Amino acid sequence: MKITFPHMGNLYIALKAIFEELGVGVIPPPKCNKRTLELGTRYSPELMCMPFKITVGNYIESIENGADTLFMWGGCDVCRIGFYNTLQKDILKDLGYDIQMICVEPFESIQQIKNFLKKLKMVSGENNYLKFLTIFIKGIKLLNQVDEFEDLVNKIRPRQIIKGEVDKLYTKFEGEIKNVKGYKETLNIIKQNKEKLKKIEIDNNKDVLKIGIVGEIYTVVEPFINLELIKKLGDMGVEVHRSVTSSEFINEQIDFVPFIHSSKKEVHRAASPYLDTEVGGHARNTIGNTVLYSEKNFDGVIHLLPLTCMPEIVAQSILFTVEKEKNIPILKLVLDEMTGEAGYLTRIEAFVDLLKRRRESIFNEKMLSRS
Amino acid sequence: MKKCYLGVDVGSVSTNVVVMDSDENIVDTLYIRTQGKPIQAVKDGLKEIESRLDKDVEILGLGTTGSGRQLASVMLGADVVKNEITAHGIAALKCVPDVNTIIEIGGQDSKIILLRNGIIHDFAMNTVCAAGTGSFLDRQAERLNIPIQEFGSLALKSKAPVRIAGRCAVFAESDMIHKQQLGHNEEDIINGLCEALVRNYLNNLGKGKDIRAPIIFQGGVSANEGIKRAFEKILEQEIIVPKYADVMGAIGACLLAKDEVSKTGKTNFLGLDVAASDFSVKSFECENCPNMCEVVEFYRDDELVARWGDKCGRWSDVKVLSKEKLA
Repeated sequence: MKITFPHMGNLYIALKAIFEELGVGVIPPPKCNKRTLELGTRYSPELMCMPFKITVGNYIESIENGADTLFMWGGCDVCRIGFYNTLQKDILKDLGYDIQMICVEPFESIQQIKNFLKKLKMVSGENNYLKFLTIFIKGIKLLNQVDEFEDLVNKIRPRQIIKGEVDKLYTKFEGEIKNVKGYKETLNIIKQNKEKLKKIEIDNNKDVLKIGIVGEIYTVVEPFINLELIKKLGDMGVEVHRSVTSSEFINEQIDFVPFIHSSKKEVHRAASPYLDTEVGGHARNTIGNTVLYSEKNFDGVIHLLPLTCMPEIVAQSILFTVEKEKNIPILKLVLDEMTGEAGYLTRIEAFVDLLKRRRESIFNEKMLSRS
Repeated sequence: MKKCYLGVDVGSVSTNVVVMDSDENIVDTLYIRTQGKPIQAVKDGLKEIESRLDKDVEILGLGTTGSGRQLASVMLGADVVKNEITAHGIAALKCVPDVNTIIEIGGQDSKIILLRNGIIHDFAMNTVCAAGTGSFLDRQAERLNIPIQEFGSLALKSKAPVRIAGRCAVFAESDMIHKQQLGHNEEDIINGLCEALVRNYLNNLGKGKDIRAPIIFQGGVSANEGIKRAFEKILEQEIIVPKYADVMGAIGACLLAKDEVSKTGKTNFLGLDVAASDFSVKSFECENCPNMCEVVEFYRDDELVARWGDKCGRWSDVKVLSKEKLA
């Protein structure tokens, strides 16, 4: 058996290690690329959202490389993603692929985690539940480590003295991850690179803008779909913070487990004056995190969503009010198949210009009121 | 010797060149069609401007803007490469210092820029649809067999309003054909189109935005008086169309270039005769990783001056290195 899973930013690093720990053959899909997009759009319903299309492309590319078992997450409460696996299974069957699909429901209770472990048993043929549990915990740990590493990358990139140094390290890091197996080796690589990252020469006194990213999780964490937005902002000298990440997503679900922490409560509290119920997807987080960013004195917020994403459209109409009341500029970017970057670059550059001027004027006002 | 600054705005539909003197007076402006060939348009524009200028003009700096700003910068050597939103804002502030709203409609895109106390406060650009832009009007003018220049004045002659759906270019077109077949006057239909475009603009871009006077209307479409009147009618406000409304982006680029050169004390501009150089482009698909980026190589007189299009920087960064070595 050869297992594969769809890409979602750096999630593959943890998933690959977990399956390797279970003793299963893993075939991670090639990094999302133009062909992934082409395959995905060819075989998906036209009005479907981008994440669905790219996932279909991921599967097909992995199957071509020899995968026969597909791992996917689902469930009926989040958004369309709950339905992805059913539809994708049909699409792939119609294409004539002989595959097995393993779908995981959201971890809402201990029972769901048990179900997940049962499914892992199906995959690995092992019987020891305790071993499964340790592997599960290791997976969570890796996920958190990778995201911490990524956060550090986003902090250092705008401050690096030699432009491109951080990205060179990151490309090398991705190459190294490809060549290691299992939890221990993967964790070592992450730790080593974190140390190397800290040694990159930075300008500590640089006046950097801070932008928070909110929105639909896939568009936030997958650089292919957001046209490398975070890297582009970093190169413009902006420190970027992502509010939704794979690790936060999992932590929010399982924070009833004693050693797991998430910012769910805080986010829900912040969102409550505007939206105090789930409307699917990450809409509630989008609102809550925008409020939190304004409280933490971020210069601005960028709201990302794939075209036709219902939860984020709801969030978007509420954000108008948040923008006004909390006095924080918000730029909305809708992402779809278009890979022409000019239009996006114009918007991003103009937004960064706007934030710079805004910060200067706030600074000047303060100076005036003091004198 | 007259000291001047040059601004070049390479848009999808038009390429504009502006010459401004050091006292910020406009010396000359040029508006030509890009026609999908930005390199040729920049060359032609520069040649034309050179032939029109007095011999004793010295260009102290160059700014580029528009969707082709990077290309123009590589060709000519720019001191400032600025996005068109900021450039338009800067130019509008120069014309009307207390401006609060800028309506900008160009060939391929439209924007709304809100300013407060002289700084850009908020902006929006049309997303995936070109229904509210100049190319839509261009196409309808062609269909009606009317030169686009006369479109606006015809609309002003309209006496009876004809409502045309404005949500989408395809809807608008079929609605318009339907109204034609009903026998409505040409000028009424044209006026209906202008109002449809304005409604579409306000519904898409103006949604939730506080549109306060003074309002400036600029960009290629601002030459159309029918649209201006439709905006005035719907917004119930006076709309100011500045003298150089069609080349505001280039004016903004000039102002920014002047600012930049005063800071650095030197210019990257390669000189007006650079227009005579031979520019060529080669492209290839990089096969180093699954991204398969389309890399563009840009040559000036057979010398490789820049590469772009790659995600990882393996090609575009090389240029920077070689430049450093030369220096």
